[in-house]
Amino acid sequence: MTDAAETTHRHIPDRLDNPIKSAVLSWETLLVLVAVVIFILNSLASPYFLNAWSLSDLTFNFTEKAVIALAMALLITSGEIDLSVAAIIALASTLMGMAVQWGVPTPGLVAIGIGVGLACGAFNGALVTGLKLPSIVVTIGTMSLFRGISYAILGDRAYGGYPSDFSFVGQGYVWWVISFELVLFVFAAVLFWFALHRTNFGRQIFAIGNNAVAAQFSGVRVARIKFVLFCLTGLMSGIAAVMLTARLGSTRPSIAQGWELEVITMVVLGGVNILGGAGSITGVVLAALIMGLVTFGLGLLNVPGIVMSIFIGGLLITVIALPILYRMWRERRA
Amino acid sequence: MCPAVGMAISCHIPGITLPLVGRAREGVLTQENMTEPVLTLSGISKSFPGVRALHDVALELYPGEVTALIGENGAGKSTLVKILTGIYRPDAGEIHVRGEPVSLPTAHAAFEKGITAIHQETVLFDELTVAENVFLGHAPRTRFKLIDWKKMRAEAQSLLDSMGAELRADTRLKELGIAKKHLVGLARALSVEADVVIMDEPTAALSQKEIEDLYVLVELLKEEGKAILFISHKFDEIYRVADRFTVFRDGEMVGKGMIKETAQDEIVRMMVGRSVDHIFPKVKAEIGEVVLSVEGLSHPTEFADISFALRRGEILGFYGLVGAGRTEVMQALFGITRPSGGSITIDGREIAPRSAADAVAAGIVYVPEERGKQGVVIGLPIFQNVSLPSLKRTSTSSVLQLAQEFALARTYTERLDLRAASLSQDVGTLSGGNQQKVVIAKWLATNPRVIILDEPTKGIDIGSKAAVHAFMSELVGQGLCVIMVSSELPEVMGMSDRVVVMREGRIAGVFDNKGLDPVTLVETAAGIRSQAA
Repeated sequence: MTDAAETTHRHIPDRLDNPIKSAVLSWETLLVLVAVVIFILNSLASPYFLNAWSLSDLTFNFTEKAVIALAMALLITSGEIDLSVAAIIALASTLMGMAVQWGVPTPGLVAIGIGVGLACGAFNGALVTGLKLPSIVVTIGTMSLFRGISYAILGDRAYGGYPSDFSFVGQGYVWWVISFELVLFVFAAVLFWFALHRTNFGRQIFAIGNNAVAAQFSGVRVARIKFVLFCLTGLMSGIAAVMLTARLGSTRPSIAQGWELEVITMVVLGGVNILGGAGSITGVVLAALIMGLVTFGLGLLNVPGIVMSIFIGGLLITVIALPILYRMWRERRA
Repeated sequence: MCPAVGMAISCHIPGITLPLVGRAREGVLTQENMTEPVLTLSGISKSFPGVRALHDVALELYPGEVTALIGENGAGKSTLVKILTGIYRPDAGEIHVRGEPVSLPTAHAAFEKGITAIHQETVLFDELTVAENVFLGHAPRTRFKLIDWKKMRAEAQSLLDSMGAELRADTRLKELGIAKKHLVGLARALSVEADVVIMDEPTAALSQKEIEDLYVLVELLKEEGKAILFISHKFDEIYRVADRFTVFRDGEMVGKGMIKETAQDEIVRMMVGRSVDHIFPKVKAEIGEVVLSVEGLSHPTEFADISFALRRGEILGFYGLVGAGRTEVMQALFGITRPSGGSITIDGREIAPRSAADAVAAGIVYVPEERGKQGVVIGLPIFQNVSLPSLKRTSTSSVLQLAQEFALARTYTERLDLRAASLSQDVGTLSGGNQQKVVIAKWLATNPRVIILDEPTKGIDIGSKAAVHAFMSELVGQGLCVIMVSSELPEVMGMSDRVVVMREGRIAGVFDNKGLDPVTLVETAAGIRSQAA
């Protein structure tokens, strides 16, 4: 037995799957096809669609939600979730509006928005990792808490009067039809893609999502990483709050109502396993694009808001069922 | 000698009146059948891939008697219980109940034949009441075939009262402690028309007082004429309750007899046998300076006053019964369990690991017993499992370098003779033995000082077992030190330089493995013998 272990090492290859073949059969490929189909349908349905400015307007439909979805993708991959992201937007926006009344200039407003988001995320993270509570329960609680504070401050009033240079964040263009929001989103997407798919941090997120106990037993600092992920999600919600507030130019406590579901829809549609352990940023970006195309297309067709809501609900269900059916199909092939 | 079984039908034990539920057991209670076994097993064999669990085993259970089934972990006791309760089907052999050949294809079939089991973790339902648990599946019915709740509660209550159990039939089970749950399990066994009651380590979780109560109940079952199979590692209780014994070793029956006529050390000899002469590839390594020393390590509930030293090149065996606190001590060294006192010193430097990451950084790594839950990250490929604790080394300023990860994984998995199609394969697709190799490879890649192996060969095939053993020898040869927690006596005897025996959270003895008698270890672990100073 000892001889076998010492002399004849059998060689184990790195990989057997053809990487090109598995890329062709991936979830992302399916998403690209779906995006192309919806794009074609949109351009057939409305003569106003194929126009540089139309397409630019389209991006405003998803960039704010999508920056949160990037962080949410990491969080869900690790096996946690944050339902309070939209409430964080409300609270951050309210506090920014409050600061405007005191005459805080644009850089201060941006810092407040981002800072409030980060603080809310840290609060969620501390509750989940410190008290070992399930994140779905914690963030249902903080969802009510954050938006509740916003309602307590504003009631049925609205904050306005944001400085004119502040609006650039939400409405400005960097070059021709390329908006500042879009640039920000693309930049964030590249960063998150790199973090999840190319760093030790990302690898540890996947390990935690697949088996948090074994990851801990392998020397991964599970609680620390989860805390960082909640902070990141809060931070991105804060950035989204700055973008949205700057675009709308006003703050009501009902701002971004229901966005948490759209963000999670994006993440799940992007192929992130809702139970954790699998997912890709490329998929989430494609999913964001698809949702933007769908809402914009329905808007061009003058479909009323309630129908859009039904459509989003239907999409969420389909999206959760589709990966399962897809996996069954692949297993049957294999 | 035999209890007055004929009396059992009316069941007037002084002070206790036991309600008899259901029909009388003809055949069992008649005089001429008294010495006939209720249950006979003959020629039973059962194999699993790579493991022969039982080979040509025989067992008889007599009415009104307690038969103790004795054997080490892995001797085949639990496989036999699973065959008797219809969970496994034997590959060969015959089962006779009251002289008739039967087959037990399902748990329900076993139940129908009057065989019931009380496991260490009895299968009961927390959200149901005590009465519902007792009568689940055989509740008294009304005229309309609906459950007669009133009657069920009343019967359950009188059954519990007769057992002397201070329990109310309408309490929800979740409100009870483990000992009371056992009583409910027993009440269930009494409520069904079971002729054979299997008690699988029934006292494992009980206090001394509760154990005494249990003995009374066992007497009650005997008076009732039930045949009892009693599985235990504790010799004091075997001598207390059992009439007969059967000893298993390595899946074979090696002895049986009457408890009264057999001395304790004779049974221990049968249990241990001469099977220690397995070929273990143990190479004597140069024993050097002390690497790890543990002083007075304590925990509020799990262990107390644990002190030992581990030297360079040494394999230190930790032997003991399941639940003796060995795993908890190891997890304290590994930063998972927080000790309440004591010190851990490695290479002369005192450490207080607050996480596994801290322990790994200090050079202590742990191969857990719960391989699937704690050892491998199923869902990640092999190479990522291996590199997980070593990512700092395989990456360049935190950016993954796949080529380096593959190289690291290849080096260690090939050294361990891993059988895998590729390194990108999900670790979950490997066999238990190969998963274990991945866990060991993961730790070797971190260049540890001390490697703790918790039941390293439990449930893995012979080939992988030999590879793991060979590798342990190789490791100490390279100057590592190894702590091996094992309940398998041959492994402990074959691999250890010294053996620490733990019992009930404390160290019961430390032995040099020179001319060490395995009987000494078994007796120390069971509390029969305390170490001579």
